[in-house]
Amino acid sequence: MNGVRTYRRPISTWWWVGKRTYFVFVMRELSSIFIAWLVVYLLLMIAAIGRGADAYDDFLRFAANPVVVVVDLVALAFVVLHTITWFGLTPKAMDVRAAGRPVPAAAVIASQYVGLVVVSAFVVWLVSR
Amino acid sequence: MPDEAGTIGLRVARYRPDTDSEPGWQEYDVPLRREWTVLDALNHVKNEVDPTLSFRWSCRMGICGSCGMDVDGTPRLTCGTFLADFAPGPIRVEPLSNFPVVRDLVVDIDDFIQKLPRVKPWIIRDEEKSVDEGEYLQSPEELDAYKQFSMCINCMLCYAACPVYGLDPDFVGPAAIALAERYDLDSRDQGARERLDVLIEHEGVWGCTFVGECTRVCPKHVDPAGAIQRYKLKAARESVKALLLPRGAR
Repeated sequence: MNGVRTYRRPISTWWWVGKRTYFVFVMRELSSIFIAWLVVYLLLMIAAIGRGADAYDDFLRFAANPVVVVVDLVALAFVVLHTITWFGLTPKAMDVRAAGRPVPAAAVIASQYVGLVVVSAFVVWLVSR
Repeated sequence: MPDEAGTIGLRVARYRPDTDSEPGWQEYDVPLRREWTVLDALNHVKNEVDPTLSFRWSCRMGICGSCGMDVDGTPRLTCGTFLADFAPGPIRVEPLSNFPVVRDLVVDIDDFIQKLPRVKPWIIRDEEKSVDEGEYLQSPEELDAYKQFSMCINCMLCYAACPVYGLDPDFVGPAAIALAERYDLDSRDQGARERLDVLIEHEGVWGCTFVGECTRVCPKHVDPAGAIQRYKLKAARESVKALLLPRGAR
C-alpha cells in the first residue's frame, strides 16, 4: 500500500496474560522445562543406582531436601498440565481413520489415557514385584 | 427482549493518518436492537452520526470476509456478532490485531496477499489433460477429504488471533497453510512436492507453536491449526525419507 502512512501497533511482552487461551498456551510451553527436569532427575537416580548402595542413599538424601521436594511438586503439576493439554490436542494433529471413517476426537483422546494407564500399571507391577 | 431495549455504547478505535500520531478512542451510543450486529451499529454511526468513520464491509452474511474486526479483544466477523450478546456494553471495536492500521478500523492485508501465491493455492498437474479427454472426476469421499479447508474466506481473523504471526511477521500463517493443505488433499492435484518446499522452511509450518487460537476464531470452521499440525507430520515424514532413502525411491 504505497503512499499511505500506516500504524503498526506494538505488542506487549505480556500479551499472553490477558486471555485465558494464550495463558494456557504459554504454561503448556513452559511445562517442557519441567519435563526436562524430570528426565534429568531420573538420569541422576539411575546413575546413583549404577554406582552402588552408598550413592543411592546420597541421592535419596538429595531428593528429600525440601527445595527439591517443592521443585518436584511444581514439576508434577506441570507434567499433569502437559499431559492433559497434549492429549487434548492429538486429534487436531492426527487425522485418524478407521475403515475410511474419521475416528471421533473423544475416542482418540480416550485411547491415550488407556495407554497411559496400561503403561503405568506395567511400571507399578515391575517395581513392586 | 423487546425489539429495542435502550442503547449500548460502542468504544471504537480511531486513527486518521493525516492528523493522528497513534490511534485513539471514540465513544458512540447506538440503539440496542435485538437483530442488530456490530456491523449494523457501525453503519448506523456512519450514516447518522459520524460519516468520517472508516471500516470495510460488503456482503453482511459471512461470505465475503471483509468486515473482520477485534470485538472486545477477539477477532470476529462483525456481520455475525450481535450487539445483544455484549449487553450492557460498552463494546470495544478495534482493527484486526497484528496488521498495520490504514485508517480507523481498516487494516493493510498486503502481507497476506503477497504470501498466498507462495503456497501455490491452485491445482497443479504434471501433465494437463486435454479438453477432449473430459473433466477430472472426483468421488464424494475425495471431495470430503479437502472440503473443510476449502471453506476459507480469507477474512484474516486467524492472522489476527495468531501470536506467532504478531511476533514474527515472516510466518506464512494459518489461512495460507490451510489453503495449501486444501490443494494437497485434492485428488486432482499433483503439486504437494512444490508446496512442501515452501512450507518446510522455518517460516512455514515449523513457525507454528500450536496455540490453536486460529481454529477457535475461524467463522467457517476451517481448522487451520489442524491443517498445520498435519502438514508438520507430512514434512517430518518427508525429512526422514530424504535422510534414509536413496533419491530414486522417494
